[in-house]
Amino acid sequence: MTELATPSLVEQPTRRDFLYIATGAFAAVGGAAAVWPFISQMNPDASTLALASTDVDVSAIAEGQAITIKWRGKPVFIRHRTAKEIEEAKAVPLAELIDQSARNPNITTGDDTATDANRAAAGKEPWLIMIGTCTHLGCVPIGLAGDYNGWFCPCHGSHYDTAGRIRKGPAPENLHIPPYEFTNDTTIRVG
Amino acid sequence: MSGHSTFEPKNPVLKWFESRLPIIGLMHGSFVAYPTPRNLNYWWTFGGILSMMLGVQIITGIVLAMHYTPHVDLAFNSVEHIMRDVNWGWMIRYMHANGASMFFIAVYIHIFRGVYYGSYKEPREVLWILGVVIFLLMMATAFMGYVLPWGQMSLWGAIVITNLFSAIPFVGEAITTWLWGGFAVDNPTLNRFFSLHYLLPFMIAGVVVLHVWALHVVGQNNPTGVEVKSSSDTVPFTPHATAKDSFAMVCFLIFFAWFLFYTPNYLGHADNYIPANPLQTPAHIVPEWYFLPFYAILRAIPSKLGGVLAMFGAIVVLFFLPWLDTAKTRSAKYRPLYRQFFWVLVAVCLGLGYIGAMPPEGWYVIIGRILTAYYFIHFLVILPLLGFIEKPLPLPASITEAVLKGQAGGSLAPAGAPNIPGRGA
Repeated sequence: MTELATPSLVEQPTRRDFLYIATGAFAAVGGAAAVWPFISQMNPDASTLALASTDVDVSAIAEGQAITIKWRGKPVFIRHRTAKEIEEAKAVPLAELIDQSARNPNITTGDDTATDANRAAAGKEPWLIMIGTCTHLGCVPIGLAGDYNGWFCPCHGSHYDTAGRIRKGPAPENLHIPPYEFTNDTTIRVG
Repeated sequence: MSGHSTFEPKNPVLKWFESRLPIIGLMHGSFVAYPTPRNLNYWWTFGGILSMMLGVQIITGIVLAMHYTPHVDLAFNSVEHIMRDVNWGWMIRYMHANGASMFFIAVYIHIFRGVYYGSYKEPREVLWILGVVIFLLMMATAFMGYVLPWGQMSLWGAIVITNLFSAIPFVGEAITTWLWGGFAVDNPTLNRFFSLHYLLPFMIAGVVVLHVWALHVVGQNNPTGVEVKSSSDTVPFTPHATAKDSFAMVCFLIFFAWFLFYTPNYLGHADNYIPANPLQTPAHIVPEWYFLPFYAILRAIPSKLGGVLAMFGAIVVLFFLPWLDTAKTRSAKYRPLYRQFFWVLVAVCLGLGYIGAMPPEGWYVIIGRILTAYYFIHFLVILPLLGFIEKPLPLPASITEAVLKGQAGGSLAPAGAPNIPGRGA
């Protein structure tokens, strides 16, 4: 092998090799830059992003009632829970939950466990506000249904409890909670 | 035997043209002089039927696009406008909607024919893989087409299918948002599906050209699975295959016309005549019949990512079929064990289709899981082992011999025929 190591026999990179690699790299970067706008145009456009928040008057929703509103094209459940439903949700040992995360972006305490308190509106326990999209494949679950008296998704049989937590079926996560706040006692701003 | 054309036009104008672009010679070599095995049965006519159905779908589709409006507020009404106001609109739309079902009936027969006669085996692997690519493109096209009328099944089918991608770890949500062009299936989604639904059939046509090209390089398989050995094994494509294919197409068109004129909504779903409502899922959503077996596999796995992987896996496994089947003998005619497993597979696929149409509860779930497991066991366990276990029947020496002994695809070989074992080496 030593005789091959002599400079005359080993091919050295030439100026031409450098030019080939530089040209190829330039073409690859240019090609990717040209493709990017065609991929990016499929992401949500400015008008879709503008529909970011919705105000809802909840004064007419009596205990035990629920409404569904549309936010960003998705249904949002606003449920005024009964004392019994809250008790049922609180009685569930955390170890029994499939998804331990509260899935609630409004939590400020840093505690993400899926307790009933972390799922319900802060300081307003009867109110449960969730995106009404099954975390399996996006169907809208039916309220007051299923094995846990919460929500039941008719598409593939996922059961959620009265805090919207997944208990049985193929869905991997609790129903997600949208960012929202009570702007006053009877108005919720979703988004 | 690849059908090299010796076509030479007599007409001086054609002669002039042919020496500049030999397309007439190419057509002549591919569809007139092309040598086709003399023992092909009617199961071999579905390739021609599929080409015809692609043509029907493209022609009716282009016409429908002249009257359809891809907007969430207008799409449903524009389809009703086609049905009620446009001259012959009802017929052209029913042709397109039922044509999709006919297309899938023909493609499933075509696929199972290939599976029965071992048409995917060496040297036809690339031909087979191109076929699976066409099948995937067909599924994407059919799915997006079903979304366009913007009825309840359109919307919820789109939501469920696009949400399959949300099962991908980490980037799933970003991908679904990108596919939708929003935070839910909405107008941008409908608009891009219309654009892609128009594009994909032409991509299918392109892959069909490759599929036919690959077919003409390696030559057709035949019911005996014995390769063509001499010119006495073949007949010219025209008139033999042309006439047989044409007759089969006419029979298939009668079948198509029966659905079209007598029960045009039988294969559809009544809920799709309800305008799309993003706030309410229909009580029982099911895909179109041709997706039901895959839908059953999706639901059989009690995990989101697992279900999605199994469903796509059910198609991916087909790409590897040429290597999963270890037997040297092609045709099931000469494979006594494989023949039985083939019919079990057919029954399992039909069973999965039935389970896919049923609600996901009770025994349906359990049966769905058993059938799903069997589907994968067939391809991943039974097929690889069968090549080593099975003792195939003796093959005829040639296609001609099989034909002359009155057993074009028969299961008995003449006394003097060489006994070729299933795994020769």
